[in-house]
Parts: sequence; C-alpha cells; structure tokens
Amino acid sequence: MANVLVCVKRVPDTAGEVLLSADGLSVDARHVGYTVSPHEECAVELATQVAEATGGKATVLSVGSEDAVEQLRNALAVGCADGVLVEADADLLGPADVAAAIAGVVREREVGGLSYDLVLLGNDAADTGDFQVPVRLAYALGRPVLTGISTCEVQGDRLLARGDGPDGTEVFELPLPAVVAVMEGGVSPRYPSIPGRMKAKRAPVETIALTAPRQGSGRVRLKLPPSQPSSVEILGEGPEAAPAVVDLLTRIGVVGR
Amino acid sequence: MILVLVETDAQGATLVSREALTFARETAARLGDQPLHAAVVAPLDESMATLVMKQLGEQGVAVVHTADDERLTTYAAAAHAAAVVDAVKAGPARMLVAAGTPRGNEVLAHVATRLEVAMAANVVAVDSVEPLVVTRQVLGGSALEEMRLDDTVAVLSVAGHACDPEPAAVPTAPERVGYTPSVTDQDLVARVARTEVTVVDDTAALTGARVVVGAGRGAGGPDGFKDLLELTELLGGALGVSRVVTSLGWRPHHEQVGQTGSRIAPDLYVPCGISGAIQHWAGCQSAKTILAINTDRDAPMVTKAHYAVIGDLHEIVPAINEELRRRK
Repeated sequence: MANVLVCVKRVPDTAGEVLLSADGLSVDARHVGYTVSPHEECAVELATQVAEATGGKATVLSVGSEDAVEQLRNALAVGCADGVLVEADADLLGPADVAAAIAGVVREREVGGLSYDLVLLGNDAADTGDFQVPVRLAYALGRPVLTGISTCEVQGDRLLARGDGPDGTEVFELPLPAVVAVMEGGVSPRYPSIPGRMKAKRAPVETIALTAPRQGSGRVRLKLPPSQPSSVEILGEGPEAAPAVVDLLTRIGVVGR
Repeated sequence: MILVLVETDAQGATLVSREALTFARETAARLGDQPLHAAVVAPLDESMATLVMKQLGEQGVAVVHTADDERLTTYAAAAHAAAVVDAVKAGPARMLVAAGTPRGNEVLAHVATRLEVAMAANVVAVDSVEPLVVTRQVLGGSALEEMRLDDTVAVLSVAGHACDPEPAAVPTAPERVGYTPSVTDQDLVARVARTEVTVVDDTAALTGARVVVGAGRGAGGPDGFKDLLELTELLGGALGVSRVVTSLGWRPHHEQVGQTGSRIAPDLYVPCGISGAIQHWAGCQSAKTILAINTDRDAPMVTKAHYAVIGDLHEIVPAINEELRRRK
C-alpha cells in the first residue's frame, strides 16, 4: 500500500492574451479563469493510479487562496480521496516557502499516523516556472527526488519511474519514500464522471493557515514583452502559392539554388 | 568569479551552454571584469577534453573545473550538484550560471537548495548588477518577471536562445583544474538506472534542427501527417507538433514544441494548421524565419509569422512537395 500526496497550483488560464494587474505584481485573470498546469493534471492521474494499484490513498494539496479549493475539487473528482489547502497569498511566496509549507503538511500527517510514501508535483508551475519546489521539498524531507518523470509505478517499497532524457527514455529505480516531479506526456488524465463529481463535493478538505516563515519570491514586477506589430507577408492562397513558397525557401538558403 | 555549468554532448560544449557562457561573460564585464570559470561535471575522454577546452577558450574562460569521477558518468542530479557546489566554494563564485535546460535547471535547483540561496530560472537579461536584478521568462514566455537576487552566490539559468554564442574578443587558453568531487552514496540514489533508446527522431534532433515543420490540429488526425513528414524529409528537418496533437495521441510527446515540450530555434519554422496559442509560441518564438500555413488569416500564428500561405495544409503541402521535387 502506497499513500500519495499530489500537489497542484491554481494558475491563470493564459492560453490567449495576458493582462497584468495595475501594480504589475500579478496577472489579471478576471476574464480568463483558472486552471492547473498540464504537468499537474498528469501528476494527479499518476497519483490516482498508484493509489488504486496499491490500495493506498491519494491526497491532493494546494498552497494558495481559498479559491484554490476549486482545483482541489477537480482532483477529488478524478480519484483523490481528500484535500489539503494551505491558505496563503501564493503571489508573495517563493519556491522555498511553498516547499516548506508542503513539507510541514507531510510531517504533521506523519505524526498523525498517515505517511506519504510518494509526493508528486508538476515539473514546473505554469505561472512562475521556478523549477524548484520539488527539489527544495525533497531536501526538506530528506528524500530522493526525480524531475521530468512521465510514468511511475510502485513495486513494494521501491519506485520505478521513466522520463525523457537527452539520449532516450531514462529509467530510474529508487527506494521509497521519494519526491517526483511529473512531466506531461506519459499518461492521459481521466475525465471526471458524474459520480466522481458528486463524491468530490462531499470529500473532506482540510484548511491550514500558513505558519512557515516567508523568504519571498524576489519579484520586483511583472512586465509584458514588447508587442510586435504584425508584419506578415502573405505569399498567396491555396496550392497556387507553392512556387512562391519554394522561391522563399531558396532565397533564405533552406533549399539549394 | 562567475562560474558556468557547462553541459556536453557529442559535439563538445552544447549550443545552449555556449550561449550561457556568452551571457555570463557579458555579465562578468559589468561586474568589474570578474574572471569567468566553467565547471564540467562528468569525466571526459582526452579528445573530448581537448575539444571542450578549445570551445571554452573561444568563450574567454580562464579556468575550467573538471570533476573527474567515474560515478558522474551516469546522470544523478544530486551528485552533479555536489560537484558543482565544490567548484562554487573553490572560487568562491559570486554567481553561478547554467543553461535553462531540463538538466541545467534541475542541477541548479539542487545547488541553490544546498547553498540555501534563491535561484532565478530562465533569465533573459541582467537589468542591473547592484543590486542584482534579472528579467526572466514566466507564464511560458508570455510575460517577464523582474526578480531581485540578493544572495551570494546568485544562482541563475539562462533561457535557451536568449542570446547568440558570440566568441570572446580575445580567446584564452584556459587552465584545467581537475578535482575529486565530494559525492556521497546518498547523492547517487536517484541516478539513471538505464536508458532505453526507443526513438530515432528524438528531442535532441528537434531542438537542434535547422528546419522544423510544425503540425497542429489542422493535420486532422493521426493519419494526416504523411505530406508533412515528406516536406520534413525534403527540407532535411524535423517534425514538431502542437500540444493538441500530442494530447490527442496523434504523435508522441517528444515531438511537442511549446511550454510543456521542446524549445526550438531553427533557421526556418513552418507551422501548418497551428493556431499559435501562447503555450506553443513559447517554444517556437526563437525561430529566425516563420512561414505559417493556415486556413485562418487572423490566427495568432499567422499574424506573428514573417510569411504565410492561407489555405488547407492538405492541399498546400503536397503542392510545395511537388514543386520542391520538380526543382531538384
């Protein structure tokens, strides 16, 4: 039996245009809504799979505002059993703070008799892109850590994990407990069923106030890259444009003259 | 001194590591001519060592710290970080720089944690050196963050293709300082147990390609790639796809270009049937020339491109292929 803690972050759904708040310290997401990173959707799926395969329990955790309960419920609808919200203004926290907050929950629950053999996170947050929380968490807990992992399975007290490396698929085998940062691509997140959604509404979500000291993110301000006016040259429409395309390829040296 | 973690491949120091060296060298000059050092964490055979030393000399490196330990041949982030920490302390370095690759960011995260300092990932510019403020990519490159780094050592990774790898005005003959890193057994627990080489057209081929043909939802299905693959072959390039394509299972994930895939910087990118969501633009904006093929002339990929052809890729791409064959 392996218990899994999976961590998600509520982030603005910025598939289109990004707007900043007036003070330049955060993203104005009033008109775009919120989501979690694709990496985290895959982490939730892996957490559920590991819990199902081993008869363990999957808990979903988020460090963020009370609105992040929405993201917790989405994970509860696809197989997580309970949720934890560490309530904090995520914009003010740096990766060391977030890692410390998660480590605090893992330790507290261990004292309470529930130990998490595996902690899964997304490889990098979709908004801040710090690439650090999994590693800092692992050191705080004194556990080994893997990043960029596509698939993993628990075999007794060991973890077998795979991820894309520079020379092919890298395979890791290590003892539990461990921390794993998940990369999109290895599993397809399942869609919530109607019973799943019903269950998610009733599933317990514990709210904890953040007590850890704050190191901060070092953020001075956000800014948008200078917008370039469109300067596209339309070479033509339909297959008749093919000669113009090949002329261009020749001109820029991609095909021989 | 400023220390740069250099990654190597079959061609010696990787392109992105040489970019990081250029970035660090320019920053070193602004910090009052700080010496530039490099760390190579993995045993190198003699011919490779000669090549790497020459490349680092072209970048103006004064000293190369080489961690000579067979245990580092197989990648383990914690062990590599232990070796980098040794080189940081030997300096001592006031700044540590690496390329913002998966491994660069992973090793730096370990190092920053071990040294209890902050880290800035995917930096594109140094705004000021006193205090140190950097600009880095957030939201997959669709926004930038100015971030203050007050710790010594300042740890930062440089976003791929944030600058070109320019040789130093005066090349150097770097001194090579070999050392035995203080790697513990615990650092080796999470090492690569084995590598399964399953794909020929792997991620490395995509990120290094001179020409990339892109395919999005417009491909229509898993069988919609025949003409695109032929165009890829005719141009001697690699195929890159949007997130929709990998999410739907039409193509494998390692072909994905974007925030959750690979970042590319080819001479030519030909996105076909890709609308150009921010997620995708994050991975392809460094292409020198972009030629978009799309039915929608208002699609972001078209308006951001240099050139475009409007219409159905399934009609246009075969016509281009035929024209290319005809002119060969």
